[in-house]
Amino acid sequence: MTQSKRISRRQFNTAIAGLGAASALAPFGIARAASKLKVGVLLPRSSYEALIGQSCQLGADLAPAVLKSMLGVDIEIMNADTESNVNTARTRAERLIHEGAHVLVGAFDSGQTAAIAQVAEQRGVPLVVNIAAAPQITEQGYKYVFRNFPTAIDLVRNGLSLIGDLFQATGVEARTAVFMHVNDTFGQAMTGGIMKTLPHLKQLKFKIVDTIAYDPAAKDLSVEVSRAKAANADFLLLVCRLNDSIVLRRDMVKQRWHPMGVVDPGSPGIYEEQFAKSLGKYANYVVDNPPWYNPKGALTGMVEEAFRKRNPGEKFVYHGLNAGYTFEAIMIAADAFRRAGSTDPKALADAIRATDIDKRVMLGGPIKFNAKGQVEGNLSACVQILDGVPKVVLPEYAAEAKPVFPWPEYKKA
Amino acid sequence: MSASLVANVVISGLLTGLVYGLMALGLSVIFGVVRVVNFAHGEMMTVAMYAAVLLFGAFKLDPILAALPVAAVFFVIGYALQAGLINPFITRPEHSQFILLVAVATIITNVMLMVFGPDAHSVQTDYQLDSWAIGQIIVDKSRVYAALCALGTTAGLFAFFRFSRTGTAIRACADNHLGALIVGLDVKHLYALTFGLGAACVAVAGCMMTLLVEVAPSVGPSYTLLGFVIVIVGGLGSMPGALLGGVLIGVSEAMAGLFIDPSAKSMFSFALLIVVLLFRPQGLLGRRT
Amino acid sequence: MRARLLLAALGAGLIALPQFSGNYVLSLATLALYFAFTGQAWNVMMGFAGQLSLGHSLFVGLGAYAAAALFVKFGIGPWAGLWLAMAICVAAGAAIGLLAFRFGISGVYFALLTIAFAEFTRIGFDHIGWLGGPGGLFLKVGQRTSWDLADLRGTPAMFYYVMLALTAGAFALCAWLLKSRAGYYWQAIREDEDAARALGINTFRWKLLAVAISAAMTSLAGVFFAFYYNNLFPEQIFHISQSIEIILGPIVGGVGTLFGPILGAVLLTTLADSLTNLVAAMGLDIPGVKQVFYGVILLLVIMFLPNGIWPPIAKRLGLGRKD
Repeated sequence: MTQSKRISRRQFNTAIAGLGAASALAPFGIARAASKLKVGVLLPRSSYEALIGQSCQLGADLAPAVLKSMLGVDIEIMNADTESNVNTARTRAERLIHEGAHVLVGAFDSGQTAAIAQVAEQRGVPLVVNIAAAPQITEQGYKYVFRNFPTAIDLVRNGLSLIGDLFQATGVEARTAVFMHVNDTFGQAMTGGIMKTLPHLKQLKFKIVDTIAYDPAAKDLSVEVSRAKAANADFLLLVCRLNDSIVLRRDMVKQRWHPMGVVDPGSPGIYEEQFAKSLGKYANYVVDNPPWYNPKGALTGMVEEAFRKRNPGEKFVYHGLNAGYTFEAIMIAADAFRRAGSTDPKALADAIRATDIDKRVMLGGPIKFNAKGQVEGNLSACVQILDGVPKVVLPEYAAEAKPVFPWPEYKKA
Repeated sequence: MSASLVANVVISGLLTGLVYGLMALGLSVIFGVVRVVNFAHGEMMTVAMYAAVLLFGAFKLDPILAALPVAAVFFVIGYALQAGLINPFITRPEHSQFILLVAVATIITNVMLMVFGPDAHSVQTDYQLDSWAIGQIIVDKSRVYAALCALGTTAGLFAFFRFSRTGTAIRACADNHLGALIVGLDVKHLYALTFGLGAACVAVAGCMMTLLVEVAPSVGPSYTLLGFVIVIVGGLGSMPGALLGGVLIGVSEAMAGLFIDPSAKSMFSFALLIVVLLFRPQGLLGRRT
Repeated sequence: MRARLLLAALGAGLIALPQFSGNYVLSLATLALYFAFTGQAWNVMMGFAGQLSLGHSLFVGLGAYAAAALFVKFGIGPWAGLWLAMAICVAAGAAIGLLAFRFGISGVYFALLTIAFAEFTRIGFDHIGWLGGPGGLFLKVGQRTSWDLADLRGTPAMFYYVMLALTAGAFALCAWLLKSRAGYYWQAIREDEDAARALGINTFRWKLLAVAISAAMTSLAGVFFAFYYNNLFPEQIFHISQSIEIILGPIVGGVGTLFGPILGAVLLTTLADSLTNLVAAMGLDIPGVKQVFYGVILLLVIMFLPNGIWPPIAKRLGLGRKD
């Protein structure tokens, strides 16, 4: 290696450090003029959770224009990448506040959201959680943290009762189920919820004959599927993520397992674009009950139109959940800003606490926060893949199609 | 727990294990000869997977056929990587090698994220979801093809190392670096050749993998870990060892998944690794150096 | 003498930092010190005794869960909890060391062994429902306006000072260790273990001691982590990426040196953050760009400064070979 002239490492690093230090020690942006609301959006845009993070980002990107026409307020979005990492999430949150963010929105992952929540509470800057299901986030007695997303407990309850609705709507008597779940946060919450609530939900008459937990990082699920098939249950109750849902469904086909259907009480994966793309016709008739957007919602048309204009290559249906909740979080901030008339964080927090919005994109009652800062009325939809596209089949008032259960390839063994 | 269930699981574990073995083959060759800890192994395979997906998307080229051109390209890249970047690190301490390859892995992963986005991609061949039914036993077509490819590649590589002059020369370098130098072998060239071969193996494995799983920028690290477990268990520098290690891991994980808790089956592999490291660090088919 | 003066100046600067910086810089500084401390702890095993551990997240995680479990389940504060954390980590480290050294495992094999133990534990903790399993263990967050050192609840400045104290303590401990008998034996073992054994040094015992000390120190980082972030997930805290982050600082700064790990951690933390800001300022809102830059810089450093950044700086500062 020849030593030619170049900036020494020390000089380079010092310069970079100086850059960082200088910008950090710059005077805090004092201008709190009530003209523009600065919203700091924290999402995992790289590393493991990048897919969903970037999906959420689409909702943030379209928000300023839509909210300007809707509420007449000016919003500036400040983006930050948590890099799917709790250390980074915390420092980025601090940085956004330092750069003058009046309100924070984020962050999809429960661990990162919890870290950001602490920063927000500490600094007295409101945080509106777009997506994160861990119940603890709104159990800390925080005054500045608000969440417009169902907790894991709500998700389980909504998802399970929708299964009952599905059976009722299709007149099916499913007596047994084999329960497969990914062993991660959501899978675990679901398992606990199912074990607790299933005996009490009288309209759900099926019994779980076998429970199979699998590793989210598993590349090969043939053993798990073999086991599940051997349980000879009526249908498969599945809690999964995108990658394993595809591998699993493929193995079901390869092993020629044709239950009445695959029903998911609400995990991600099934309604994502890659699921239908990878599986082709085998994606059809799979059912998922996630918190979803209302296709007939008051704001849905406007948001969907804005989405289509900005992202001509993407279909809204695959991003409705992530982008929709992210949009709503920013909408909550904008609406509070309009009512408070100032960007003072305490005024904003008080205004957010008094939120009452009934024109929404997402399914559920009006956006109203309870004493813990949690919205209680968010609902899930029964979504079924039909013709390669996720369609809402229940509740009926939001339905785009009729549910199909059992699915056509079911053969009575 | 019926006999056919167990049989199905064992066969499935066997086939999967052969594919894992193919994946670890490249690592074994590189590690066994050049003694470099290639922590970018999984990422290299991810790039190969993307290549196969791209070729399929553009030309409808079946991944099995794509393996040849992709392997050729990877051979060249591997050669260049070893000769250009990694060679000075052979004599450096392990932690330096490790950081070098971690840096390479980081760069690869994030370039892929920038270029391809975070979405998962896959191929959709016609036979991808087909299977053969032999009585109660159901055998997955794609896995069989991939397994056959693994066997073929291993056999070819084995023959190369056993019977060709260059192969013998490479083995000489691995056995006795100083001796090889004394005898006048161009060690640097041979190391680069080996790395190229290892990279080509990784490329073939990657193409096969696209028949079975999706590719996304972040799938690399788990393959690296798996590769190391297999290589250690099977034996450093032993090609049949890589396959054997793969099969062992595949079948034992399958059994663990069947009789114990599937979500804990990886624990089993790591436990196996620990046991092998302690009691037989040269692995099952490796030679004690 | 010169070294002492510089050190005192640095120390004074670090102590005064919260006075003239905002919470943002403080959070960065705390993070940098966290990695300086864990890097220093790792350095005891690697830089002093020559044992490459790629599974140090094991000790962070065990320490964190031990202290957190005591707090959440039994209401026992971190000052008592840290003793359990250290005990568990020393036991774990000793077990690994015992097995490895007894069977003559070293080099890359030892590194892989540490990875295997960390991964095994990660998946294991995913299955311990009592500790939250994959859903995580959450500590109830308390007030953050005044210092409550007893339960480690308080302002960012408090956490900064706790981490500063830990790092300073680690520095002092390592300085003392290097000059002690242990330090000399470790150097002998690192240079040539067979020769050391031939000289009659009980290499087994001294290597084990290095592992135990390293594990105990790292466990304290875990305790801090638990009370600073207030949530623990096996997937995050035992993950191999944590192990990698821990060792980047010392390797970039200078393995085996006293100041290397600290310098490396500070530089890397500052670099990572500055790159993010730089990339944003350049208008490149593309996820992944910053990590590519980071990887390239890491590559360049490891290629051209194989012994780390500190040794050439130390020479320029006239601080001699040992420090």
